[in-house]
Amino acid sequence: MEVYLDNSATTKPYGEVCAAVFDTMSGNYGNPSSLHSLGIEAERAVKTAKEQVASAIKAAPGEIIFTSGGTESDNLALLGAAAASRGRHMITTPLEHPAIMSVLPELRAKGYKIDFAPVDENGCVKLDAYEKMIRPDTFLVSAMLVNNEIGTVEPVAEMASILKRKNPRALFHTDAVQGFGKVPIDVRKTPIDMISISSHKIHGPKGMGALYIRKGTGIKPIIHGGGQQGNIRSGTENVPGIVGFGAAAKLASQDLEKKAERMATLRKRLENGVRQLDNIRVNTPENCAPHILNVSFGGVRSEVLLHSLEMQKIFVSSGSACSSHKKEPSYVLTEIGVPRKMIDGSIRFSLSEFTTAEQIDETIQAVNKIVPRLRRLNMR
Amino acid sequence: MQKTDLYLLKYGEIALKGLNRPKFEQKLIDNVNSALAPLGKFSVKKAQSTIYVEALDEDIDGIETVERLKKVFGIVNICPATRCEKGMDSIKETAARCVLGMDYEGKSFKVETKREDKRFPLKSPEISREVGGAVLRAVNKAGGKIKVDVHDPDILVQVEIRDSAYIVADIISGAGGMPIGSGGRAALLLSGGIDSPVAGWMIAKRGVTLDAVYFHSPPYTSERAKDKVVDLAKILSSYTRGIRLYSVPFTDIQLDIIDNCPKNMLTIIMRRIMMRIAEKIAVKNGDMALVTGESIGQVASQTMEALYCTDAAAGMPVFRPCIGMDKEEITAISKKIGAYETSIQPYEDCCTIFVPKHPKTKPRLDEIIEAEKSLTDIETMIEKAIEGAEIINIK
Repeated sequence: MEVYLDNSATTKPYGEVCAAVFDTMSGNYGNPSSLHSLGIEAERAVKTAKEQVASAIKAAPGEIIFTSGGTESDNLALLGAAAASRGRHMITTPLEHPAIMSVLPELRAKGYKIDFAPVDENGCVKLDAYEKMIRPDTFLVSAMLVNNEIGTVEPVAEMASILKRKNPRALFHTDAVQGFGKVPIDVRKTPIDMISISSHKIHGPKGMGALYIRKGTGIKPIIHGGGQQGNIRSGTENVPGIVGFGAAAKLASQDLEKKAERMATLRKRLENGVRQLDNIRVNTPENCAPHILNVSFGGVRSEVLLHSLEMQKIFVSSGSACSSHKKEPSYVLTEIGVPRKMIDGSIRFSLSEFTTAEQIDETIQAVNKIVPRLRRLNMR
Repeated sequence: MQKTDLYLLKYGEIALKGLNRPKFEQKLIDNVNSALAPLGKFSVKKAQSTIYVEALDEDIDGIETVERLKKVFGIVNICPATRCEKGMDSIKETAARCVLGMDYEGKSFKVETKREDKRFPLKSPEISREVGGAVLRAVNKAGGKIKVDVHDPDILVQVEIRDSAYIVADIISGAGGMPIGSGGRAALLLSGGIDSPVAGWMIAKRGVTLDAVYFHSPPYTSERAKDKVVDLAKILSSYTRGIRLYSVPFTDIQLDIIDNCPKNMLTIIMRRIMMRIAEKIAVKNGDMALVTGESIGQVASQTMEALYCTDAAAGMPVFRPCIGMDKEEITAISKKIGAYETSIQPYEDCCTIFVPKHPKTKPRLDEIIEAEKSLTDIETMIEKAIEGAEIINIK
């Protein structure tokens, strides 16, 4: 049995999504900008997908801009808002994804001042300290909805409300790549101006994402060209990807709460199962997304544990897949105070709606068998 | 750029060989043929200590042809040549065009002629003089500057009169060394690092055909580490006309060492067993030596004492061409041969995963041999590892 517990890295596409992408590529190949009927047909497919994605977060279709993925959405939100605003100050958190973190040096070089709202040992933003950071010239706050490494759900609704109370002109952006499809998002209930989402984290195709931009919010494009998508994001639309994303958004948001509850139960079951071992540290806090469990196994190198599990067809991640190209310890785990030695042994399990109780039990069994064996051989 | 009609390949050392020379030349011709075969049809012929390579198909990629020739050991220089009619007018015009196509401004040049066809009416010095004059006139006419220097010219224009006339104005350095297949066969211990591919390249340069042995330790080393080694073998293989790579499962042996031997001796014992496995594989393939990337003092397992212990495990000669080189020197070669970018990918190999905190830097052979006695039936484990080896034939 293959046990895929790396859903925060990417997910297995829904069968319906694969079919929709294939059908669109083979049968609906027009350019949405073309004036003839093939173009109109493609444009209609994009429009339907836009409605599907919009309705998953209770937005209007006109508020959705399709991008190449979460990274581009984050870049567009930050750089686009900076270019359109006169403010010089931005607030974010120390736990953001590299798609945010790596944009900050560029903003700093352009003269922007960036402050990091402090987080507690759970990785949760401290609201009092955050509130004090907001300045009259703050133009943007960006905070992630769900942390990709440890699964903390950040109080973004409260953060947005506080911001609007203290500085109504400032924009609020959230990177919801890990939260979308797992945690309900309703743009009518929260004063969030921009939301980054990604398709392949919700069983859609890779290379697809979107940025929700609240109506009336002016941002500047970062990609220039033929003026597609209201000139915010030029480039011929990736029609098959968009159609696949639409189908995935629709399926993922159906019965979201029921699915999330089921995932949360399985997640808790996994947590209890690995807690049978001594010398471990559960890095995921109580207030977490339903699908992420980050655990440090003392005396074990995470890479070795990962490959040992892989030999039993159990697929997990060491820390975060995005940072496994690098050798430095996870900055997220460092920030929340996990000791260096424990960081070296940290594994992220991430579930999906397809995860079953049998798979979880098999994983618990495997971890409980492998970890003591690896500890015996550890010599560091 | 002037269109190249053929390439003259000059070889150095081989020309000095005595009675065996035809064998070396034939090997070199075979290697040139196999290096160029994927690009299309070529005629490869030998005459007067030069190999003539001529593209027979239309549209053969000239840049790729030169790139491939640059990787054939045994070639000292590659001279792209332009063919023209065997008459003075045509020779002068072609030579002038060749120089005009180069970066000649302010440089000096000289014309040299080889007249194989003695029926040609002018003698070599006369031809050189006339062609030199034509080049000067053409450059002047184009508004440029060039001067003659017969002693130390920047540009050497060579005119060869044979069945046709050939003009060579450019000389590209080849890989040097000896043709692969002329120097026997050896087994390279290939890790994913910087040193071992360089060591393999240096030995192959002397005409040695290579087999490679890699030790794979799942789950302690990942599939990506193995892919990286395959990539490195492919890079080497572009010089060595193919490599047979053995991926030897090594986990059980490593775990046995860890369980039964003192921790500070792990690395030495592991390396000694690697030597024994590599040697058995070498014997199977008719290899007469092992090759490693070791360099004195680079890490704890490469001190003089450690090398003494490792070396004692092998019965056949072990060549360590990097032994006296600094890391910078090894890195420079790694970059030159195009392996560096692959070597520095951060996947752990089996040598780095079980590094003890305080390895013995001055191990004693008798102590090591004593410690090895605690291993569980190592002979059987070695046999099992060799049987389980995956053989990847890299072309």
